[in-house]
Amino acid sequence: MSTTMVDPATANAPETALANRARFASLVQRQGALAIFVVVVAVASVSFDTFASQGNITGIAVQASFLAMLALGMTFVIMTGGIDLSVGSVFALGGVLAAWGAQHGTLVAFVLPLAVCGAIGLVQGLIIARGGLPPFIVTLAGLLFARGLLLLLSDEGATTYKVPRGSSFRELAQGELLGIPYPVVLVVVFFAIGGLVLHRTSYGASVLAIGGQEDAADLMGLPVVRTKVLTYVASALLAGFGGVMIASYTSSGVTILGVGTELEAIAAVVLGGTLLTGGAGTVLGTLVGVLLLQVIKNVINQVGSLDSDWQSVVSGTILLLVVTLQRALTRGDRA
Amino acid sequence: MTQHSSAAAAAAVGAVGAVGVGDPVLQTVGVTKSFGGVHALKGVDFELRAGEIHTLVGENGAGKSTLIKVLTGVYTPDGGEVRYAGETVHFRRPADAQHVGISTIYQEVNLVPLLSVARNIFLGREPRRFGLIDVRAMNKRARELMAELGIDIDVTAELGRLGLGSQQMVALARAMSVDSRVVIMDEPTSSLETAEVETLFRVARGLRDRGVGLVFVSHRLDELWELCDRVTILRDGEWVHTEPMSEMTRLDLVSKMLGRDVEEVRAEGATEFGSSHRQAGEPALVVSGLEVANRLHGVDLTVRPGEVVGLAGLLGSGRSETVKAVYGALKARSGEITVAGRKVRTGSVRGALASGVALLSEDRKAEGIVPDLSVRDNIALAVLPRMSRAGVVSEARIDALVDTFMKRLRIKASSPDQKVRELSGGNQQKVLIARWLATEPTVFLLDEPTRGIDVGAKAEVQGLIDELADQGLAVVLISSEMDELVEGADRIVVLHDGHVQAELDSTDLSSSELLAALAGDRERDSRPASQAPNQAPTQTEGQHA
Ligand SMILES: Nc1ncnc2c1ncn2[C@@H]1O[C@H](COP(=O)(O)OP(=O)(O)OP(=O)(O)O)[C@@H](O)[C@H]1O
Ligand SMILES: [Mg+2]
Repeated sequence: MSTTMVDPATANAPETALANRARFASLVQRQGALAIFVVVVAVASVSFDTFASQGNITGIAVQASFLAMLALGMTFVIMTGGIDLSVGSVFALGGVLAAWGAQHGTLVAFVLPLAVCGAIGLVQGLIIARGGLPPFIVTLAGLLFARGLLLLLSDEGATTYKVPRGSSFRELAQGELLGIPYPVVLVVVFFAIGGLVLHRTSYGASVLAIGGQEDAADLMGLPVVRTKVLTYVASALLAGFGGVMIASYTSSGVTILGVGTELEAIAAVVLGGTLLTGGAGTVLGTLVGVLLLQVIKNVINQVGSLDSDWQSVVSGTILLLVVTLQRALTRGDRA
Repeated sequence: MTQHSSAAAAAAVGAVGAVGVGDPVLQTVGVTKSFGGVHALKGVDFELRAGEIHTLVGENGAGKSTLIKVLTGVYTPDGGEVRYAGETVHFRRPADAQHVGISTIYQEVNLVPLLSVARNIFLGREPRRFGLIDVRAMNKRARELMAELGIDIDVTAELGRLGLGSQQMVALARAMSVDSRVVIMDEPTSSLETAEVETLFRVARGLRDRGVGLVFVSHRLDELWELCDRVTILRDGEWVHTEPMSEMTRLDLVSKMLGRDVEEVRAEGATEFGSSHRQAGEPALVVSGLEVANRLHGVDLTVRPGEVVGLAGLLGSGRSETVKAVYGALKARSGEITVAGRKVRTGSVRGALASGVALLSEDRKAEGIVPDLSVRDNIALAVLPRMSRAGVVSEARIDALVDTFMKRLRIKASSPDQKVRELSGGNQQKVLIARWLATEPTVFLLDEPTRGIDVGAKAEVQGLIDELADQGLAVVLISSEMDELVEGADRIVVLHDGHVQAELDSTDLSSSELLAALAGDRERDSRPASQAPNQAPTQTEGQHA
């Protein structure tokens, strides 16, 4: 007969050790991009004198702020297990509408793009959540629709609407608060709110539950349809607002903007540790993902001899690296 | 018990007319429900009274879960009506039923694996502070609830990391965290150990005494007499019988449920396993020093051809982990596994399969079943390599095989081509068993093989295990039903905290003796760590050598 004794020291240890390991893995999942970000920034600061200059850093932050808005909405969408391919086009549409609207006053410059973009999000959300159609297809249609609308408005891009000189609308992206450009301030505020919404509201809880297990969320009585619709509306609104910001920043409605930006947003979200299948992630991670992508662009621009096409090559490689890292560290972890 | 109900839910509960103890609180009248050509419910009348525990009984596929889903707004009935507190209601989604005070534990654990235990308990009705979720209060309440249920887990841990039994207890905590008029539990005990079942019963009785109406479903028939006040029997989607539990004999119940004569059922007896098997020759499976990080600390196990070895232990003792590690689904840190004299690479499912090891896992939803494939394809999945010659699959042979198993295990499906997703819970389980049996393994690891299976089919499965052992198959059996373990196994290995603690010869072991052995285990655990004895357990050894 074989017998073994209870080891008092380890009687409760397995559970704690397991939890610790789980915490570590999820830390890596969330902060893998942060580690790479820190390394890239450190190397760049040493290699290029100009990198760490205040002007360059502010530039990076402002440049990143537009993508950040799209990526914030995308984070919520992906968290529900969905995808929003329309945000690049909606972003551009928002910009053109804002520039056009600015000619009729600052209020119009805000309200018009948000109303139109919000409506696009609402329609997409309703079709996805009520109709049960795949988000990929629905938002692909949204992408084409928004881009088409934009081209119609701008006569195939021939007309560029200018924000009138002296319009207070320019202040939105060109003004500063205590030396920090407004777009950067807005991003910080929006992400803070986003984090609170995701982790501390019942809407956020529903988002996570739906992404984790949609059937279960439904059986638990969570408002699945409402949550999804809201999420697509929020995503379109944030993309539209990003457009408003860039119209103010460039003082015009640039029609060629936003092509492929939806993919950049998705990359940022995934870099930030959000599971592409939904159910887990953080908005802070997304912000790090956005910054990482922007820093890479900036660094490659600093290397005068490198073609800017290298930006995508490097971004793609890093994306693959981070995702592989996350995967390796979380695998075999679940019993 | 923690009372937590959002203002809206409380208002909704209050809005419905008062229901006194003994009055009907939830009813169906002539409810029908069809899925395509399958008539799952054919005019069912059901009445739940306030302050009673009412069990729904029927074979796998009789329509119990479907009735529950109609009662709770998951399905809208095709005909007939649902009444709540005397008034006709039309629930359009589960949320509607929950808002008026019906909480439900559905058959498969329906929680979100990626979220924490506490989050799962309170999803949709989290405690708030200044309009925001109060995470600290939420975790505290969750901790209290789990403590009340006697479950020691970290409530901030991801739910998906817990075993199925613990997950079921979390589902129970969720159901009891809200103030309800009606609590419905569809096979809540199927993955629970005796101690957890007792806790669940205690909670259920407490609710009943406060005037709550409970619906309870279980294929462990003994539980029904222990807990329930009335029984409603369904057969093939039809209402058959309703009676107080105390006036019903087991024979009566089984015969009504199967639709057969009492005499006929009596003649068949309590079926189950035959006597012990002849074990001969070299061991089919030898496991030595198996270690899995944090789970197993050196497990040794030997199974001879024709032998059924049972694994016993409490929740978290490492039974499922042991078979998973043998199967290669859990990475072993160290240890050796030998099958029929040949060493098997650890941590490789392919390696294990190739050497003839098959595992029927406890969590059929997460592992194993492919819900969108047909019954036929699910069964044939594992035998395809064997059934094909030069890459060409013999359709006729597969059809014959599938047909045999469907008949033998009484798999209730409209045809072999029906999607497994659409089968009742018990029938899905049978499909999985059929799949592995079809592979004709050398070593068969069975983790809760009769979980959620009705009495008739249970006997069939047990008989099949017996028959296979007689033919020389080596079987490792895990079951939380003591009778099944004691009668089914020739030898029982008791695990504790990832160690083999004792080995018992089960020839003349009674289930209560086994229980006592396990209970001794629990007692030792609850002592302060400093006093935990460092010697071999006394109860478990010495009885049989
Ligand atoms: N979504 C569906 N589509 C098609 N058929 C279904 C569906 N859901 C249930 N059925 C069928 O309805 C019948 C009743 O199933 P139900 O799940 O209610 O059985 P049950 O009594 O709960 O059985 P078990 O004890 O195995 O859980 C079965 O024949 C099943 O195949
Ligand atoms: Mg069922």
